[in-house]
Amino acid sequence: MSGPGILQLVAYAVVLMALAYPLGGYMARVYSGEARIAGKVLGPVERLLYRIGGVKPDEEMGWRRYAVSMLVFSMFSVLVVYLLQRLQASLPGNPNDLPAVTPQVSWNTAISFASNTNWQAYGGESTMSHLVQMLALAVQNFLSAAVGMAVLVALVRGFVRKHSDTIGNFWVDLTRSTLYILIPLSIVVALVLVSQGVPQTDEGLRTATTIEATIVGDGDGAAVAEQGVAVGPVASQVAIKQLGTNGGGYYNVNSAHPLENPTPLSSFVQVLAILLIPAALCFTFGKMVRSQRQGVAFLVVMWLLFVPFTALTLWQEQAGSPVLDAAGVDQAVSALQAGGNMEGKEVRHGIAASALWANATTAASNGSVNSMHDSYTPLGGLSPMVLMGLGEIVFGGVGSGLYGLILFAIVAVFISGLMVGRTPEMLGKKIEAKEMKMASWGIIVPHLAMLVCVALACLTTEGVKSLANGGAHGFSEMLYAFLSQANNNGSAFAGLTASGTFYATAGGIAMWVGRYWIMIAVLAIAGSLARKKVIPPSAGTLPTDNATFVFMLTGTILLVGALSLLPALALGPIALHLQL
Amino acid sequence: MKDLVTSLRPALLLLALFTLITGVVYPVALTAAAQVVFPHQANGSMIRRGDQVVGSELVGQTFAEPGHFWGRPSAVGYDATTSGGTNRGVLHPDQATDVAARIEALRAADPGNVAPVPVDLVTASGSGLDPHISPAAAYYQAPRVARARGLAEADVRALVEAHVEGRTLGFLGEPRVNVLRLNLALDALAGARR
Repeated sequence: MSGPGILQLVAYAVVLMALAYPLGGYMARVYSGEARIAGKVLGPVERLLYRIGGVKPDEEMGWRRYAVSMLVFSMFSVLVVYLLQRLQASLPGNPNDLPAVTPQVSWNTAISFASNTNWQAYGGESTMSHLVQMLALAVQNFLSAAVGMAVLVALVRGFVRKHSDTIGNFWVDLTRSTLYILIPLSIVVALVLVSQGVPQTDEGLRTATTIEATIVGDGDGAAVAEQGVAVGPVASQVAIKQLGTNGGGYYNVNSAHPLENPTPLSSFVQVLAILLIPAALCFTFGKMVRSQRQGVAFLVVMWLLFVPFTALTLWQEQAGSPVLDAAGVDQAVSALQAGGNMEGKEVRHGIAASALWANATTAASNGSVNSMHDSYTPLGGLSPMVLMGLGEIVFGGVGSGLYGLILFAIVAVFISGLMVGRTPEMLGKKIEAKEMKMASWGIIVPHLAMLVCVALACLTTEGVKSLANGGAHGFSEMLYAFLSQANNNGSAFAGLTASGTFYATAGGIAMWVGRYWIMIAVLAIAGSLARKKVIPPSAGTLPTDNATFVFMLTGTILLVGALSLLPALALGPIALHLQL
Repeated sequence: MKDLVTSLRPALLLLALFTLITGVVYPVALTAAAQVVFPHQANGSMIRRGDQVVGSELVGQTFAEPGHFWGRPSAVGYDATTSGGTNRGVLHPDQATDVAARIEALRAADPGNVAPVPVDLVTASGSGLDPHISPAAAYYQAPRVARARGLAEADVRALVEAHVEGRTLGFLGEPRVNVLRLNLALDALAGARR
């Protein structure tokens, strides 16, 4: 492991925290309606949106109405994305005359983008028209992220309020997330990316006369010295794909593409953008519940889980591939090369920046990639699988990561309470059977969806035929696909062909369950907590913001993760590692 | 049921309005700004030799002549209208065969060179369009290129050294050499000596 590599990771952690703290404070002000300076500029737009939309911003909602509004909005989103794909052949904005997208891929993609997953069952730039990219996919990059943030804020209000029947107004939370947070941050990030070389243009293709002539196609044509370079409005999409933990790229290979991620600095900025809002929301949470220690305790749990898995990938990828060693290839790190397992990685990113990205993107439910995870060493690729399989709660998706972690915190509080015979409580709210039931449902059901889908994949012809690699690695491809979709990540072991009927349909169901099932459970908990009184801390209170609790919560997460994942991991990456 | 009905209007209208803001206004405004502030980068970072556009400095292209530095193996043949990696796992049966064939080709083009082959020169990149090779991979090819061009090896190595880009800020990313830029400089050098 090289010195600059470690320095890169340390700098990442320091800069991330330095940016997350002020952003967290700003977001707390936004959701409490106290962002005065931003309000002067954006307030008129916000009020105009409410007037046209018929939203009464002061009207409070109970948890059921909040959930219904969220679901209706998400279902309209799914419907619009589905219809635009099915009708793209007869709509404008389709310069390459692409045919209508197949029903199963349209279904998968519609749920994928509305649920903040951005799993891409379709082949790159060759399936979706410009109109669909703009009006369906890019829009959902913003809105699906905003929905996740809104649900988190509703849960926070559950902790803050007492004897209250309401948890806020969904339309207000949705609008403020988009207008005050996601759009301004995206503009800044997009301009930085353009400065590094990410295209932002109306044109679709640039043509160059190459230095050497090459034979293209199947080798029967004459040698040509021409190269087409696909460009387009890339930077605007890449910025929100990272900030909103979406992950759906402009190009087929996502941020491994030299135009989507041209320099080490653009890679650093993008990987910061991946974890920025999820990390900042911990501070937002602390501010809003008036216990900064609680927000920091959650952050500590996240770092405790993130660092060892990232270290594992780093170590394994730097050690390289034994197959290449046997072939006499030089994989040693030196001043002149990064070395290590470079299959599927880019020279400018090397090992450290690729390993950091692979873990950040799967810890957050982002799913963008700057290297091909399918070509990782078995244990190097195990870390991303585990980070997804823990439920996308190590930082996690914007909003969804923290509310997922709070579900685990409720379970941890309950278990701790039972162990020492005290009434479980958190931030002055008693945790009772109802919260515990909802939290358990929220945690178990996505795991179940994932495991059932993988089992079906093993049993169907299409499930097996769609694999690119054989043996244990083939099983890993299936496992990765449903871990990614049931937890709304969106990255893939990309060798798998995901556009067939089985993968597209089952994946759509897994993404739906993994997103909305949890959200309803979270909102039900929010409603129930808001109704309770606040008990002042007493000698009998188990604190939830100290080292003991951090240890309990980390243990709970690992235990649940191990119980549901270990058998499957043993058949995939672990079995493959033993074959090396 | 009442909740459902009252949510229809805001759901539809906010979706429509945000489609307009985030799907049209946001990208169009950014394109306008980017075209003014960073016109070179915003249009694909294309570079010229004389008055001819020879490629994007950020996108690799195929080099196979012995007198040019070669880039990394590509799963898409450096076709930049698309992009892709091999997605092969470490134990994929074709991997060992292909790597052996690539080593064979490098050795055949430069029989005297018995140094171990740098890993990035025989493994496919993630994008299939990687514009860079490691400095090690460039120095490895210097003897072959020098011989094919009739240049002194020391001159070619000096050219490589001048084209090594270090880590950004001293610690971000990895040292690398842009293959297209290096070959353009090489062509210029060889042309001047002729």
